[in-house]
Amino acid sequence: MSPAAKLPKWAEFGLLPLLNLSAALLLSGLIVRLIGESPWAALKLLLDGAFGSQDSIGYTCFYATDFVFTGLAVAVANHAGLFNIGGDGQAYIGGLGVGLVCLAIGSWSPWIVVPLAILAGCAFGALWAFVPGWLQAKRGSHIVITTIMANFIASALMTYLLVNVLIKPGQQSPESREFGSGAVMPSVQDFLAHFGIKFAASPFNMASLLALVACVLVWLFVWRTKWGYALRVVGQNPQAAVYAGISPQRTILVAMIISGALAGCLGVNELMGSEHRILLDFPGGAGFVGIAVALMGRNSPIGILAAALLFGALYQGGSQLAFDMPHVNRDMVVLIQGFVILFCGALENVFRAPLAALLRPRKAA
Amino acid sequence: MATESPALELRGIDKRFGSVHANRAVSLVVPKGSIHGLIGENGAGKSTLMNIVYGFHEADGGTILVNGAPVAIARPRDSIMAGIGMVHQHFMLVERFTVLENVILGSEGGPLLAKGLAEARAGLEKLGRDYGLEVPLDVEAGLLPVGMQQRVEILKALHHNAEILILDEPTAVLTPTEADQLFRMLDLLRKQGKTVVLVTHKLREIMAITDRVTVMRQGTVVHNTSTADTSPQKLAEQMVGRAVSLRVEKGPCRPGEVLLQVRELEVKDKFGVARVKGASFDLRAGEIVGIAGVSGNGQSELLEAISAIRQPSGGSIVLGGRDLAGRSLGPREARQLGIAHVPEDRLRMGVVSSFSAEDNAILGYHSQPEFNRGGLLDRKAIRTHCEAKMASFDVRPPNPRLRITSFSGGNQQKVVLAREIDCNPSILLVGQPTRGVDIGAIEFIHKRLVELRDAGKAILVVSVEMEEILGLADRILVMAGGEIVGEVSAAEATEERIGLLMAGVRSEAKA
Repeated sequence: MSPAAKLPKWAEFGLLPLLNLSAALLLSGLIVRLIGESPWAALKLLLDGAFGSQDSIGYTCFYATDFVFTGLAVAVANHAGLFNIGGDGQAYIGGLGVGLVCLAIGSWSPWIVVPLAILAGCAFGALWAFVPGWLQAKRGSHIVITTIMANFIASALMTYLLVNVLIKPGQQSPESREFGSGAVMPSVQDFLAHFGIKFAASPFNMASLLALVACVLVWLFVWRTKWGYALRVVGQNPQAAVYAGISPQRTILVAMIISGALAGCLGVNELMGSEHRILLDFPGGAGFVGIAVALMGRNSPIGILAAALLFGALYQGGSQLAFDMPHVNRDMVVLIQGFVILFCGALENVFRAPLAALLRPRKAA
Repeated sequence: MATESPALELRGIDKRFGSVHANRAVSLVVPKGSIHGLIGENGAGKSTLMNIVYGFHEADGGTILVNGAPVAIARPRDSIMAGIGMVHQHFMLVERFTVLENVILGSEGGPLLAKGLAEARAGLEKLGRDYGLEVPLDVEAGLLPVGMQQRVEILKALHHNAEILILDEPTAVLTPTEADQLFRMLDLLRKQGKTVVLVTHKLREIMAITDRVTVMRQGTVVHNTSTADTSPQKLAEQMVGRAVSLRVEKGPCRPGEVLLQVRELEVKDKFGVARVKGASFDLRAGEIVGIAGVSGNGQSELLEAISAIRQPSGGSIVLGGRDLAGRSLGPREARQLGIAHVPEDRLRMGVVSSFSAEDNAILGYHSQPEFNRGGLLDRKAIRTHCEAKMASFDVRPPNPRLRITSFSGGNQQKVVLAREIDCNPSILLVGQPTRGVDIGAIEFIHKRLVELRDAGKAILVVSVEMEEILGLADRILVMAGGEIVGEVSAAEATEERIGLLMAGVRSEAKA
């Protein structure tokens, strides 16, 4: 068995993902063809739906923001050697924290509500990740199993709370009442209006700025602090960590707390930026998309940003596609996303060896 | 007889792994009924060559001839068919299977096992008689001592009608006594007309048993000679490509005060089995104490207990009047108290293989103020630190940003050693100082250790290489079965004496 072929950086981070993406789109095009639609038209609709107008760009960025949070959450845990599949549950419970603050003091000044809500989101998300983290560190229960189970528990808990406790009295659908006027993340449209720039209405809101800040902070933490160093040592070689005097147990807890806190920020975008209430299943699987985003983004914040935009575009463009093409429905769009995940994640090495072989002679020359 | 074609002949074998040219036009002739030594440093390409012969890798070019006829070997099955058997460094036995079941693996002889087993039993009993290779056939392989397991591997090869036997570093896991038994066995095989290729980096073995020897360096054959016409010194120079000193140059030892006192130390593994049983010794300033023993006799656990990676279950480790054993100290605290540790298994513990050299050069010291500024790691200080270490330890290439695994074993070890010496420890624990280290770097590392000794440090060296212990240590402790079974001063130490102690024969009077 030869080790994975080494590629120059530009090929590793540019050409290879592009190749994988093209393969996924090619296969998707074939499927679209099979069901009797034109692949070209579909691609055009998809791109147009994602980037064709200001509001579609707004939607793309709005979805991408969700994926940045969950992608970073997966990446931080990954750096510590943990596969956190519980991003969805952590985002869900984190959103509960955001929502509770917004419901309780939503009429106060946004300067107080917004920071508190963000903190609450982080705290709730962190708590939900802490439990599997603790079980892994102290009891050796596998994080993959426990985070999956935590997802189900989160889902059941939220359903119970929304149906029985938080529901707006006299209403049928399981949703909370609307947040107060202070509990709103300003939309990008409003923000730009301050500077006299017109931007179409969309849920694209200032939580995206928070996501960018999170990218920078995660990068600093992982690559530029001694705690991040310890985290990476534990992830790469737990025995060397013990040798170096780094406690793997404590590091696992730290990693999961940070991971959960990042996932918990999703509520800021979804609830404060768009829905203005707590409702059922608002993460909508973003926690799982985060896994693909982190995988594709090679666990690096910049890569995650790019991958999140791609998935945001697929999400938004895909809805447009499903809307406009009679034979393409929502499930088809999920299928296309599946292909992207398959090629960029599971099969990412398919093109690696041939590409390395192709590039080698030129490098030697 | 001169016209008889050689048992194994390689012509112009060529193999590349990516940009690494592992074998360059290697040619080799092994006459029938001889023992042929293949020697070279780590990475010289000898394992690659043998893996090509055995069919693990396919050569890019060249021909393999068995008994004068070219054979195409693409898979291990092809080489087995051609009468080639291989005994790997790490045995390929199913531990829960009996010896008999292990031997018939791959030649079960039909869907029902009974017939194959009966035939194999008869065959093995004959082989055992013919070659003095008796092993119990109905015992689980995992329960046998390593020397026996190796015999099973040899039997397996012979059972598959191997005429050519390749042994890869066969003595790495054996006591000297077991190694001698192996050599007697190989001698018997040679007398019966079998051909043996012995891959090793130990000069002593080459001299002791082989008829001819081939030296490889950087993927090419640099020398090919009859063993009688060469010497260990010559072979070493051919392996490295320049003059080397096999002896450790050092002045007399001047032991000072006792720095570390170990008393009745007991260490248990995670299953509650005692791996170190009542070990007691002192470590003085200005001396190198060597711990000899076959790997797996408690040396690793002893080192890990002193460096506080493992909590001892009994006894005391007294450093500067403080007992470290009772408290729950960690490796970080042990470092602060002046105990530095170069771990035995570099890649499993000593370095993080995906990290750069500079990041590895701060492993365990990453929290120290000189590497941190304002809550962030000070990348510049880390780089300068690594550059300085690389310069003073002659690490090549001197590039701190290169991945640690891109360096040779010797250069990796230099980085680790530099890191551990850097904080000026009073006690240095070194496990297998030169495992996987090329001869040139061995010389350098030994010199550094002696310098440290002369600077008044206490050094504890654990090594399974007898020559290394004999050359380096001022005082030798022998471990067997978790106990310190004897102590010999360097002046009185001979290979035979230590070998006997290692094999569990206690010295009648403790020296």
